[in-house]
Amino acid sequence: MPDTILVVVEQREGKLNRVSWETLTAGQALAADTGWALEAAVVGSGVASLADEISGKKLAKVYALESSKLEPYTPDAFAVALKQFITSKQPSLVLMPHTYQVRDFVPKLATAIERTAISDCIGYRKDGDKLLFTRQMFQGKLAADVSFTCDAPWFVTFQNGAFRSDKLEAGTSAAPVETVNVDISEGVIRNKPQEVFKEAKQAVDLTQAEIIVAVGRGIKEQKNIEMAKQLAEALGGELAASRPICDSGWLPMDRQIGSSGQTVAPKLYLALGISGAIQHIVGMKGARTIVAVNKDSEAPIFEIADYAVVGNLFDVVPPLIEEVKKAKTGG
Amino acid sequence: MKILVCMKQVPQKDAPLKLNETGTWIREDISYEVNEPDAYALEEALRQKEKHSGEVVVITAGPARAQQVLREALAKGADRAIHLEDNAFVGLDAYSTARAFAAAIKDETFDLIFTGLQSDDYGYAQTGVILAELMGWPHATIIMQIEKKDAGIRVKRELEAGYFQFVDMTLPAVLTIQSGINKLRYATLIGIKQAKNKPLRKVTLPEVQSAIGGNLQKIERLYVPQKTKKTEFLEGPAGEVAKKLVEKLRNEARVL
Repeated sequence: MPDTILVVVEQREGKLNRVSWETLTAGQALAADTGWALEAAVVGSGVASLADEISGKKLAKVYALESSKLEPYTPDAFAVALKQFITSKQPSLVLMPHTYQVRDFVPKLATAIERTAISDCIGYRKDGDKLLFTRQMFQGKLAADVSFTCDAPWFVTFQNGAFRSDKLEAGTSAAPVETVNVDISEGVIRNKPQEVFKEAKQAVDLTQAEIIVAVGRGIKEQKNIEMAKQLAEALGGELAASRPICDSGWLPMDRQIGSSGQTVAPKLYLALGISGAIQHIVGMKGARTIVAVNKDSEAPIFEIADYAVVGNLFDVVPPLIEEVKKAKTGG
Repeated sequence: MKILVCMKQVPQKDAPLKLNETGTWIREDISYEVNEPDAYALEEALRQKEKHSGEVVVITAGPARAQQVLREALAKGADRAIHLEDNAFVGLDAYSTARAFAAAIKDETFDLIFTGLQSDDYGYAQTGVILAELMGWPHATIIMQIEKKDAGIRVKRELEAGYFQFVDMTLPAVLTIQSGINKLRYATLIGIKQAKNKPLRKVTLPEVQSAIGGNLQKIERLYVPQKTKKTEFLEGPAGEVAKKLVEKLRNEARVL
């Protein structure tokens, strides 16, 4: 049987998330580099139309894994469905987006067939015949090339933004779509999920802000947030924060940027005392211009900054507020 | 409720990391601390015990230095500790670590196992879920609230982009805990004193070796990431830096 790459995409209410399209792009790139066939699978209940949508892309085949027990999502049902499918098809490589949902079931799925997942990858490269997957370690301070030391199927999850969805190639003709009715027996599903909800009304929509001033642990105390607020006001922007600041209750949760908060792409993003953990970076790396102020010269935030100031933010921000005010009034 | 908390010692947040000679791991002559989400997992276990009584047991795998994490946990109120002590545990992948834990607790019975949602060093976010599968237990990840019910628990899962979901579960179960689920406590002086007399069971590598097997994945090379962006570092006295920055934002980046 020829080698295949299977991309398992993630859908919610009949729509794929962006990182699923990005993972399909990763699949096309890997298929081109290995000569392996690319296939995709959508998992859920009533996902045939989504499978049709994906079949327009450049790939060999699309599967719709169907069962009424796959809705709502549970790790038990997803792991059982995909285990059946993967065990029968034996793809060499299984790619998925590194979302909260995939994190919830992929380690279980891989373990159930005594395999492993290299998770949260940002790229790959070929070293001879060996595939190496690149992932960030130590909160993004270092990177690692990781290989599989077990037999296929190999599971890999890709980080949000690792590949570009606009690079996804369309196919010359629609790929065949096959519906696979998976058998999930009674008693397999143990968890009882309730409705998905949003905590409170989102008071601020940071995705619309053109300028964002964000604070991290480096702000040290709640009272110091006032200074950052003044800078945001002088710039005519919004104030935001990394997760620890919102966890401490210094700013409300709806001002949080990152994987568990909002994803933004403003014209200007000013990061004050933010080290740049992966979970924060994925929420703001699309910003056009990034300024970082941090006392630690090795902070990962500097990797993606356009302008960097290594120093104490308490020294830098007050004169910065003055300069911004001058620039704004001076024209 | 009898709760096991899996904890890990990781490099301190601002520790300067240097690569070892083979470029496969970091040099370990640095300061370490408890993995932050694990501290929240411990706190949640202590709170559950205070509400519903029971026992809190902490477990870690790592060299002698990792015992510090267990000592701190005992000082905060954990009842006993298990230390899988060997340098080799540092290099295990998530699958092998979970298998080592499962082997070390095979004679115990727990209602719940907590882990932090991911570690600050490897960042795999897998050990808890793998452990659940090995134990044959249900699991839920990225948990922000736990409420005991008559027949099990109701947990609040964090989803992406500000969404949440309640999930009803039976016990025993594995939960991976999100940072910020609670407010961390400090150890008291009395707690620190009492910790010295609390039981700490050591497990050697040979005792669990047969259960671990080999790693299924391998770090071939560890390195400082290549910059993808040209970063301009602004230097000088704060006032000058501020001036330069505003100038650049106006004239180069054109965002002001």
